[in-house]
Amino acid sequence: MNTTSNKKGKIKDINGPIVTIELPGVQNGEQVRIGSLGLYGEVISLEGNEALAQIYESTEMVRPGEPVEGLGHPLSVELGPGLIGGIFDGVQRPLEAMFLKAGDQIPRGLSPLPLDRDKVWHFVPSENLEPNMPIINGAVLGRVQETETVEHRILVPPNISGQLIELAPEGDYHLEESIGQVRDQQGEIHHLKLYHRWPVRRPRPYQSRDNGVEPLITGQRILDTFFPLLKGSKCAVPGPFGAGKTVVQHQVARWANADIVIYVGCGERGNELVDVLDSFPKLKDPYTGRPLMDRTLLIANTSNMPVVAREASIYVGITIAEYYRDQGYDVVMLADSTSRWAEALREVSGRLGQMPVEEGYPAYLASRLAAFYERAGRVDTMDSGKGSVTLIGAVSPPGGDFSEPVTSHTKEIIQTFWALSKELADARHYPAIDWVDSFSADVSTAAEWWHENIDREWEKRRSQALGMLARDAELSRIVNLVGPEALSSAQRWVLEGAALIKEGVLQQSALDPVDTFSSPEKQFMLLDLILSVYDAGADLIELGVPVQELSEMSVLARLRRCKELYDSNQTDQLKAFREEALNDFKEIHSEYAQRGEQPA
Amino acid sequence: MSAKEYRTASSARGGLLTVANVPNIAFGDRVHIRDQQGNTRNGQVIRSSDEEVLIQVFEGTSELDLESTWVRFLDEPVEIALSPEILGRIFNGLGEPRDYRPPIVSSLRRSISAAAFNPAARTYPKEFIQTGISTIDGLNSLVRGQKLPIFSASGLPHNRLAAQIVRQAKLPDDDSRFSVVFAAMGVSYADARFFQEEFASSGVLGNVVMFVNMADDPPVERLTLPRMALTAAEYLAFDLDRHVLVVMTDMTHYAEALREVATAKGDVPARKGYPGYLYSDLAEIYERSGRIKDRHGSITLVPVLSMPSDDITHPIPDLTGYITEGQIVLSRELHNQGIYPPVHISPSLSRLMKDGIGKDFTREDHPHVSNQLYALYARALETRNLASIIGADELSTRDRRYLEFADAFESRFVRQSEDEDRSIEETLNLAWDLLSTFPPQALTRVNETEIAKYHRQSV
Ligand SMILES: Nc1ncnc2c1ncn2[C@@H]1O[C@H](COP(=O)(O)OP(=O)(O)OP(=O)(O)O)[C@@H](O)[C@H]1O
Ligand SMILES: [Mg+2]
Repeated sequence: MNTTSNKKGKIKDINGPIVTIELPGVQNGEQVRIGSLGLYGEVISLEGNEALAQIYESTEMVRPGEPVEGLGHPLSVELGPGLIGGIFDGVQRPLEAMFLKAGDQIPRGLSPLPLDRDKVWHFVPSENLEPNMPIINGAVLGRVQETETVEHRILVPPNISGQLIELAPEGDYHLEESIGQVRDQQGEIHHLKLYHRWPVRRPRPYQSRDNGVEPLITGQRILDTFFPLLKGSKCAVPGPFGAGKTVVQHQVARWANADIVIYVGCGERGNELVDVLDSFPKLKDPYTGRPLMDRTLLIANTSNMPVVAREASIYVGITIAEYYRDQGYDVVMLADSTSRWAEALREVSGRLGQMPVEEGYPAYLASRLAAFYERAGRVDTMDSGKGSVTLIGAVSPPGGDFSEPVTSHTKEIIQTFWALSKELADARHYPAIDWVDSFSADVSTAAEWWHENIDREWEKRRSQALGMLARDAELSRIVNLVGPEALSSAQRWVLEGAALIKEGVLQQSALDPVDTFSSPEKQFMLLDLILSVYDAGADLIELGVPVQELSEMSVLARLRRCKELYDSNQTDQLKAFREEALNDFKEIHSEYAQRGEQPA
Repeated sequence: MSAKEYRTASSARGGLLTVANVPNIAFGDRVHIRDQQGNTRNGQVIRSSDEEVLIQVFEGTSELDLESTWVRFLDEPVEIALSPEILGRIFNGLGEPRDYRPPIVSSLRRSISAAAFNPAARTYPKEFIQTGISTIDGLNSLVRGQKLPIFSASGLPHNRLAAQIVRQAKLPDDDSRFSVVFAAMGVSYADARFFQEEFASSGVLGNVVMFVNMADDPPVERLTLPRMALTAAEYLAFDLDRHVLVVMTDMTHYAEALREVATAKGDVPARKGYPGYLYSDLAEIYERSGRIKDRHGSITLVPVLSMPSDDITHPIPDLTGYITEGQIVLSRELHNQGIYPPVHISPSLSRLMKDGIGKDFTREDHPHVSNQLYALYARALETRNLASIIGADELSTRDRRYLEFADAFESRFVRQSEDEDRSIEETLNLAWDLLSTFPPQALTRVNETEIAKYHRQSV
């Protein structure tokens, strides 16, 4: 890589991560290595002979006058087999390999290649391809079994198309071996390998955009049933510290019906990534039965790592996500937290002396955010398949105030909003997703899926439950003004019903081995069961049964526990319990009906 | 170390000194500044170009005159000398002794701004530490390697609580190889003395390293002090295999010092005048706690901070909460009722509790009991609120039970004396005493087996 043709220059000024360099001929966005340690960085502006570079590593003890080298290409990632199951830093350095090589702390100037060059992969060429056929960028050249779950499709790089001259036969290959040749329109011949590179700040091409058609099933009741997210959609999870953003994202990473999960720890805790690294290999993908790590990839720029690499980390993540999308997969990318990314932007812009507009953020915050989220979507790939990137970003508003710049700009961009509340978290109502502040713009599309695959009553039941929660809020206000005596029996039964929905459906423990995942069937059955019990009770109250008697029915305590008593495969037991529960109500009904018929 | 001194200072403003016409000086270099009286001040290069350098002067620039200020660049980052001799010693924010004993002599010197731990090198903290305090052990358990701050406010007994934790903290099995690193920033003499006496009377003094910066010491030293302390802690934990408990007080003074310097530098403020990088800066400190693969020691961090105007949304507690693995929040209301320790459990949280408690660690019912107490107390506080509006007499019998629970919880579970060291078994049994004032069907967070085993009506 360090060929003599690279541009050479020197350092002029060091201001923390922002370094002024003199490097004639360098381009904006070009990668540079600075100082005797060879720290990596990227040029962010040019002025005359001088350029400003942001450095991904600490510049401590670097001096003016030290050498600088331009690498001739922008920040790019390696895309090929060996990504899945790995953990990379914000500029795609392989952290596992760095640990083995360099020990506990991340040394400066070290940059092992992201993908393992020694590993051999068994390549099977695509059957429909023959030499001399025209071939387009993004076409599938062949396949490699990357993990037991993921079949990696080797693509013609986005910037190459023409005529296929040669395609390697089935066999074992290293990453650097040629597996095919393409002659482009200019007559130039390109040797294709199992991997290629792509600049992270440029979205990868696709044929066309498509609408989302089916919900991402996360196994989390409040998400799937109340605030659904479509595959290929954009979503934000804002909330104050400790409200549960990371747990929500971990839960989605665990249980979503996605093919590939990319988890970007952007300026958050080191231990949260260790949690994933430790627990995922032991957990089974509920759809394939394979270890979850077999479809997961981690990008880690923890809060104590250099802030400039944090800014890069989400682009590294989204580029890898697009790459698997282009192979025809449904990819979910989680970014925890986009606020830390925005703060990295703010820090750099502050050092550059740019004019801050709100809370120190630069004027381009909103457009950068929008451009980033725009890389989510469901598309027709160049290879005429369907692939999607679903983007879920955590937002960490200072003081939990949703009117701050990052939250408010994000809210205008996304389709689904899972708002976490401190009040719910403090009461240990988890997930602490506020059903009043949250929204999904895709309920009607999701409804089609639910009606077709689960139950025709889905949308009705969902609305009924939300309606009861709204009544509950209203009635609680009255109680807080004048006391519970002011309510009628029917109204008090609404409070009871809402409490059942909250405890029996909305609350879902990520830590309980049964409750942590709810299949769509189980989700609907629980909701329907609780609403049926409520309806049955409401009938009884009309007959004159005191609300007290209903509230004390022992079946209600059981009902609250159903979620953790029956797992997603035990729908038969859940049905049996339903019969039992409704029978209890029928009995009271017939008792009261008889009494009613007897003459006084 | 270069012997050459420069007399080319071109400006002095706030704590910052600019020096022109110097050769290429390293960013982050340590600096000695000799003033006209011949006294030496310490500094660090915070910006370096081929024309001039900007130096942050730890003792401030007051009374410096540009003519007779001599600057010498040491060509080394801010470092600390390390050896087992640091135990039992007291240092200032620059690592110099403040106990009238000679400096540490050692060939081992480390830069205090360590590179970040590789996440792939960490192991997940899981070992329950018993502090003997029910609100912590039972409801917000601390584990070895965790960073769990105490959010307090002026006049609340955070120091007494921190001292009680230091005194009582133990692992159920072993507590050998245990050390304490104590970092005090901007504290009063009374507070410093309190801790010193505490350590002496509990016999840990020989196992404690203290880094102390008093309220009347230079604020800029507060910036290097926690890094000194953590570099020492890392040495004890990962070179000497010790389990280190680091107590830092008061992080609010640290952040204020950072703001002061940032303002002098002209950094763009984010909220309340604090620089936008306060989050990253605090994270550099807090993330140095943890456990590392194949290392026997650990760093458990208990920072103490006071919330300005009791406001938990103030940037200092807010950003801390976003970085640490939970928080223990003290309440003025409980304190005014004479309850010690005045831990308000609702906003308190321990995120690492889930893997350190339960069957193999504390007791199988622990996770559910904790959940159940939280749920009941949340409901009880609502009821108390309602009672204050409509009067307790208007409450239903069911609601009155919650009201009684809130009182019992605060006076029996939360309250304990300063020398009361409750075992986790005692804490959980106490919890069941309180849970048993409810009929089993009202307890939906504990399971039926646990009810059968521990509920007083069942046994
Ligand atoms: N669904 C859940 N089930 C059980 N516990 C939960 C759930 N959601 C959140 N929690 C609890 O809340 C704690 C805090 O959650 P989390 O770490 O996700 O917060 P956060 O919003 O990401 O905070 P921060 O912004 O500080 O990172 C968790 O450690 C866990 O104890
Ligand atoms: Mg989080």
